[in-house]
Amino acid sequence: MDWGSILSNTASWLISPETIAYALAALGLAVHFGYGGLLNFGMAAFMALGAYGYAISILTFGLPWWAGIIVGCLASVVFALILGIPTLRLRADYLAITTIAAAEIVRLLFTTQVFDSVTNSADGLGNYHAGFRAANPFPEGTYGFGPWTYNENGWWVRIFGICLLAVAALLVWLLMRSPWGRVLKGIREDEDAVRALGKNVFAYKMQALMVGGVFGALGGVVFALPSAVVPSVYVTSLTFFIWTILLLGGAATVFGPLLGAVIFWVIMGFLSNVLPALASSGFLPFMSTTQAATLRYILVGLALMLIVIFRPQGILGNKKELTFVK
Amino acid sequence: MSLTHSAHAPRHKRTLLLFLGFLFAALVLQSVSATSARADEVGTEYDFYFAGNVKYDSEPLEGVTISVDGNGYEAEVDTAADGKWKIGVPEKGTYTVTLDEETLPKGVIVAEGSASVEAEIKLTSSKIVNYFLGEGVRVTTSFWDQLAERLVNGLNFGLLLALAAVGASLVFGTTGLSNFAHGEMVTFGAVMAYVFANVLHWPLWGALVAAVIMSALFGFTLDTALWRPLRRKGIGIVQVMIVSIGLSLLIRYIFLYFIGGGTYQLPGAGEARITLFGTVALSVTDMVSMAVSVVVLLAVAWWLLRTRTGKATRAISDNPSLAAASGIDVDRVIRIVWILAAALAGLAGILWAYFRPGIKWDMGTQILLLVFGAIVLGGLGTAFGALIGAIIVGLLVEVSTLWIPSDIKYVGALVVLIAVLLVKPQGLLGRKERIG
Repeated sequence: MDWGSILSNTASWLISPETIAYALAALGLAVHFGYGGLLNFGMAAFMALGAYGYAISILTFGLPWWAGIIVGCLASVVFALILGIPTLRLRADYLAITTIAAAEIVRLLFTTQVFDSVTNSADGLGNYHAGFRAANPFPEGTYGFGPWTYNENGWWVRIFGICLLAVAALLVWLLMRSPWGRVLKGIREDEDAVRALGKNVFAYKMQALMVGGVFGALGGVVFALPSAVVPSVYVTSLTFFIWTILLLGGAATVFGPLLGAVIFWVIMGFLSNVLPALASSGFLPFMSTTQAATLRYILVGLALMLIVIFRPQGILGNKKELTFVK
Repeated sequence: MSLTHSAHAPRHKRTLLLFLGFLFAALVLQSVSATSARADEVGTEYDFYFAGNVKYDSEPLEGVTISVDGNGYEAEVDTAADGKWKIGVPEKGTYTVTLDEETLPKGVIVAEGSASVEAEIKLTSSKIVNYFLGEGVRVTTSFWDQLAERLVNGLNFGLLLALAAVGASLVFGTTGLSNFAHGEMVTFGAVMAYVFANVLHWPLWGALVAAVIMSALFGFTLDTALWRPLRRKGIGIVQVMIVSIGLSLLIRYIFLYFIGGGTYQLPGAGEARITLFGTVALSVTDMVSMAVSVVVLLAVAWWLLRTRTGKATRAISDNPSLAAASGIDVDRVIRIVWILAAALAGLAGILWAYFRPGIKWDMGTQILLLVFGAIVLGGLGTAFGALIGAIIVGLLVEVSTLWIPSDIKYVGALVVLIAVLLVKPQGLLGRKERIG
């Protein structure tokens, strides 16, 4: 077993585009669930809308790359509106069921043959990188050291993603200490009390759903930036992984989603290297390398259950902030 | 330059034997017209071409007519013995590539998308056009015959969906939990049936009964090991819901771990259909499946309405505190509900494995949303609402394929779910105060 390459591969997950994308989406979910108390199980759809919004604007409509990002965000705002109007007035579990159903609708519509000319159905979209790469301020070459050695495009995606993430985290932090954020937290704790104070609870919830949705879309964009958009990524499991990240880091915190994403991906990256290696060198009997790779997803499920049962506030959270979870 | 390539290509070297073979193939393929001797490649003098490979069930199909039309050019070919075809075109651009469904073998159609597709040669010099062929009947039957067929299929699907939905609804009613792991309980029944019937080679009936019993045991184990301790601990319902999500991931990937990503068939799946009336044809499995669903659903209804435990279940759904105060052992009833729900889900899984057909590690996630849809449509927490909701969803999924492509047939059902929430959020049989 080559521990050097295993550790180096693991370390590279610290700032991988996947980690940044999941952190952005988890931050959006923190606005939904952690601060707003909204049970959104459709984060995968917000991410899909961001990614497809970006790719389709560039490929089909020939827009510049930054306009593609805006289109992705707008699409997620519209989706939040469509989703919120029927469900935000209802009890929490209705939103849960509706969001997960709506996410599947979005994924099926991106997968179907009907819109093949635009979405390329199950094969997904690619080759939209030219505009983004042309805007790259880094000259051509390979930079970095150790496990973090990338070419100019690799760094551009990562640094752009980290900047987006930093701005998003700052925005969430500012929002949540503003009057708007305090009302939102009030709604989370006791909706009726806030309504009695004369606040329009529905409007606040809708705004929270949109803000979080935009972060989800940005996560989708960062996910799409270095590679391709494939519909089979945006399944319900993706949403559940984001939930695991959020609850691991701490639902009602700004840095929880970031920390959760880093821990999630570093552990996943480590296991994806170490488990097949262990299996192929005979340390895990009765297990093929494919089975060893599946094992880590089993562990994700187990981890999610254990976190929620034994430490629902996550690593960074404060238990008092989670009294609404009843 | 002749633009229409319908000329019969000369085949001087063809032996008599091959010629007879060709004739035979033509007869088998029932292509009555004399087009079977056409070339499988035309327009090879051009720089740009469309090509493809016509296969059904990974067997190449010979003599299927493909035509290209567009930009003032048209050409036609028949596929070769290896199913391949190639049509050269003079310039880049968009052409309509059409597969003549009349030349396909009987009972085979273009299953996904249309037989006539718009294909564009844009950047490269060639474009591969392939068709997804499937078993089916060409749209030659009348609309009403098709509708009747879809209705019967939808009823079959709705009934098996109801088995899963009633169980999930009882769990929701008694514990307040939207159980995201219910789909995995459905898969569990199918996987157990596979283990007993295909791996251990038990006789089919014994295997299926054993699978349902194992499902019930699974429900009992889950309640004893997980849900009851959580209830004792007094953990909030949202937390338990997220625990059920973790459980769903855990069980789903355990299935993947053990059975892999393939699709497996139970013995007797995909057997011959018997025509009942008109175009409605059902296999014996379909008929047995519907009969079993109806009998089991009636038994559950009788249990809910007539037995002490059934009445206690409904009492707890109505008001748990009042039920507990009036001497009902809430914990015992909830355990029975979990066992019943798991057994029903397992049975639904077996029937669904025949209906789909096939057993796959993630089949449960597909049905979970339809189960939720059925429950919301009928009214959260009402068992009879779930029954009606499931049958409506089942009919809707199947009948909607008359108008929408089959790869988005679940979209219709899910859109209806959201529409119902807009108009009548308490569902068909729900009471208004439930939605608070």
